[in-house]
Amino acid sequence: MDAFTRHTGVGVPLRRSNVDTDQIIPAVYLKRVTRTGFEDGLFAAWRGDEQFVLNQEPFRAGSVLVAGPDFGTGSSREHAVWALMDYGFRVVISSRFADIFRGNAGKQGLVAAQCEQSDVELLWKLLENDPGTEVTVDLAEKTVVAKDFTAPFTIDDYTRWRLLEGLDDIALTLRHADDITEFERRRQGWLPTTDPLPAR
Amino acid sequence: MSRTLAEKVWEAHVVRHGSGAEPDLLYIDLHLLHEVTSPQAFDGLRLAGRQIRRPDLTIATEDHNVPTIDIELPIADPVSRTQVETLRKNCAEFGVRLHPMGDAEQGIVHVVGPQLGLTQPGMTVVCGDSHTSTHGAFGALAFGIGTSEVEHVMATQTLPLRPFKTMAITVDGELKPGVTAKDIILAVIAKIGTGGGQGYVLEYRGSAIEALSMEARMTVCNMSIEAGARAGMIAPDQTTFDYIQGRPHAPSGADWDAAVEYWKTLRTDDDAEFDAEVRLDADELTPFVTWGTNPGQGLPLSASVPDPEAIVDENERVAAEKALTYMGLEPGTPLRDIHVDTVFLGSCTNGRIEDLRAAADVLRGHKVADGVRMLVVPGSMRVRAQAESEGLHEVFLAAGAEWRQAGCSMCLGMNPDQLKPGERSASTSNRNFEGRQGKGGRTHLVSPLVAAATAVRGTLSSPADLV
Repeated sequence: MDAFTRHTGVGVPLRRSNVDTDQIIPAVYLKRVTRTGFEDGLFAAWRGDEQFVLNQEPFRAGSVLVAGPDFGTGSSREHAVWALMDYGFRVVISSRFADIFRGNAGKQGLVAAQCEQSDVELLWKLLENDPGTEVTVDLAEKTVVAKDFTAPFTIDDYTRWRLLEGLDDIALTLRHADDITEFERRRQGWLPTTDPLPAR
Repeated sequence: MSRTLAEKVWEAHVVRHGSGAEPDLLYIDLHLLHEVTSPQAFDGLRLAGRQIRRPDLTIATEDHNVPTIDIELPIADPVSRTQVETLRKNCAEFGVRLHPMGDAEQGIVHVVGPQLGLTQPGMTVVCGDSHTSTHGAFGALAFGIGTSEVEHVMATQTLPLRPFKTMAITVDGELKPGVTAKDIILAVIAKIGTGGGQGYVLEYRGSAIEALSMEARMTVCNMSIEAGARAGMIAPDQTTFDYIQGRPHAPSGADWDAAVEYWKTLRTDDDAEFDAEVRLDADELTPFVTWGTNPGQGLPLSASVPDPEAIVDENERVAAEKALTYMGLEPGTPLRDIHVDTVFLGSCTNGRIEDLRAAADVLRGHKVADGVRMLVVPGSMRVRAQAESEGLHEVFLAAGAEWRQAGCSMCLGMNPDQLKPGERSASTSNRNFEGRQGKGGRTHLVSPLVAAATAVRGTLSSPADLV
């Protein structure tokens, strides 16, 4: 994973709450077995509408999505994060993220920056009044800056550290392989395994 | 120190406590796989030259993409076929037990685990699927994960996680006839909202929950994610033990006694404190249906489509306006007057044998209304075989419904079972999101009883409307 310290890009106002992962990428686009190429599925149903924000210049080239509360609810599909990143997004700002989406974003290097809803509203107005406004998201400082607008955001410290360092979770865990082996020695013998049983 | 059920299960699985901002490392007892969220994880292992640490704690089934008719033929959609074949290749290469299409144990991953007896109290269970919360019905800590986490569990059998907060959902009283577990959970979600459970594990408790069967408890826990909670749990009791005993992977003999002794300790201590508490009165619940495009937009069947103008919160008002436009509904329309084209009985929420029995009891002696199509899709091949041994399929077929093979089917638009644009369904599944059941499709979430009555009348109905 590439390290993330700061990103500046065109902000995209998405005035919707409860943007579930079926809207971010509908199920029909989940059939690919590779990790790339999901940009076509991003907001596929909404992109059919000419008025949709990503069909407008200069938002088409946006990389900082500013969305309503409860972003990323529903399905656990990490494809939602891949689709946003394949399209070019590096940051999503919302006042509330679904837990699984937030976790998936952190694994892939998409910054899920949690701001107060009042700041989201201010940012929406700014981006709508002056389309093409660039937004700078600084992970080290935990700030969102656009023109004279500045707001803090929250992200958990561990995810922030991993993103700043660009560290791979699995490699971090494997440092503790001995602890895992020791834990396995203590597990109850009656816990089930999936070893095949005789036909019933 | 007094602890909640969730805290007990958590602490029993800590491999290593994190220090400072670092999360705990939690051991995972059971990892369930399916074809959609695993291929990129297997690829990641291959790229890094890693193996699956515990294939003996891992099991796979094919469910999301599979057709529910003509399953002896190759899957017609080449992209779906590739995804299913990729799972087969990956499971063979990495030594994972797989129940493929046509196998006697194949079915929806969350139906298969419990029915094999692999889901047991006090375990940690994960799957790249948000409805993994289903397994919490056994007092397991079970939650959905993304594909990066799938790869992490494959490689290490652990996950780095920060403790959840705990929320008690207490449902006391007695459900009236015709009111089911589905109505409980739809009412809970409408009450706390789709974000109300974020960051929490929900523990369902109270006399109405204790009175539920295991399958009904699975329906409740299944939709915890629809309230934003990654996991929902119910303390194990005699109902739980009776369900597990004798299943293929259940402990036996002295192991059974040791297991039950441990399972009996898995209850929230009397003086333990939850971070939040919510109460519902079971006696006041009635059949519940959704009118909008998220599972929190629900009301009693006796209500009417709400007027967005009356909603104070701006975000909720805008969401309601957009939902009604998408759903093609007018404020003030009685929910009972809404016509449907399709009725879907199935899914990991309501595709178990008790769901099929309940719907068959309503349908017996009735016909599916003209112009309405009803799909009955068992959650697993075992459920299908059981239903056929009880003659339920004959009830469905006599009523004019379609009797299908096992799979996720119309719960999500990944396989051939989909709504067409503008079509409206009454569905026993878990999500009424825009386009969830097919592009442009309109979904009303309902219980199996309401689904069956709706099929007969052609409008959203409860069994009481059939008399």
